[in-house]
Amino acid sequence: MSALPETWLVHLINMAEADPDTTLVRLTREEEAIGISAGAHLAGVRSALLMQNHGFLAAINPIVSLAFLYKIPLLMLISYRGHMGERDPWQTQGGRFTEPVLKALDIPYDLLTDPKDVERQITEGQTLAESSLTPVALLLSRQLMWEA
Amino acid sequence: MQRIDALRIMHSDIDADIVVTIMGAVAAELYSLGHRKNFFYLQHAMGLASSMGLGLALSKPKKRVIVLDGDGSLLMNLGSLSTVAWHAPKNLIHVVFDNQSLLSVGGFPTATSAGSDLAGIAQKSGYLHAITVQSIEDFTSAWRQARELKELSMIVAKVDATGPKSFLMDLPLLENRFQFQRWLKEE
Repeated sequence: MSALPETWLVHLINMAEADPDTTLVRLTREEEAIGISAGAHLAGVRSALLMQNHGFLAAINPIVSLAFLYKIPLLMLISYRGHMGERDPWQTQGGRFTEPVLKALDIPYDLLTDPKDVERQITEGQTLAESSLTPVALLLSRQLMWEA
Repeated sequence: MQRIDALRIMHSDIDADIVVTIMGAVAAELYSLGHRKNFFYLQHAMGLASSMGLGLALSKPKKRVIVLDGDGSLLMNLGSLSTVAWHAPKNLIHVVFDNQSLLSVGGFPTATSAGSDLAGIAQKSGYLHAITVQSIEDFTSAWRQARELKELSMIVAKVDATGPKSFLMDLPLLENRFQFQRWLKEE
């Protein structure tokens, strides 16, 4: 599990750290995560990426020129900031471009809103990533991640 | 020092190691010495060889991982040094060929030509062992030491800004990728 924190991801990162079966790699930038996951995949180890949508936007080049180029599966858990209900002005621009960019890159994605569906959706995302050898995105919605 | 002479020293030692190299002259020269299934040539995604090396080293702790990096590539992902050093995998040797230029894309100078010290940056990022070498003799002894040390270590080899006549390799990217993955599975 590689991660860069943001407020919505605090619990997930703490859980990854507490899990003895998970190695948590703390990043300086999200691009690193694509390389780390590529190495893990080739060595037969499953991985997931935890990042904010702005971090996803920062990682576009390695997604294209490593994950696509070399057919590397990625399970990207992306906190979906800046859409309806966003109060922080600085988060609002990334929210406008997250889905259009996912669509432009033809990355399969799913929106996670209901806790009872999350496990199935993550499993299905992982299955598709591994069978298609391509990145897959799961958008963590405000509804799922934030009680305010 | 010529990069290919340093690669030649390493080539005879690394048949059982996991090797990740950056694109350009380093990849082409390593390939010219004789391809092996345990060599992965990262032909794009500049800067991410050390990140891949970290993923491999954490996933295969019993195998030695050799990352062959360059000054231009490493400067694109300096944060990786902090991330790698935080985990400090004992099975990772990070070799940086520093020709102080972007040789494969026009030969423009990099910041190491103006004094940026990659081994120094690595040390301050948390690499306990990082050394800069100027001659092939010093490279050879640093390489042997790093292999005996069994700790995260970096060797910055100052090399001439010369490369092979051709960068062509008769190895499609995906063939390399799946061959490398299969070799890792069997190890």
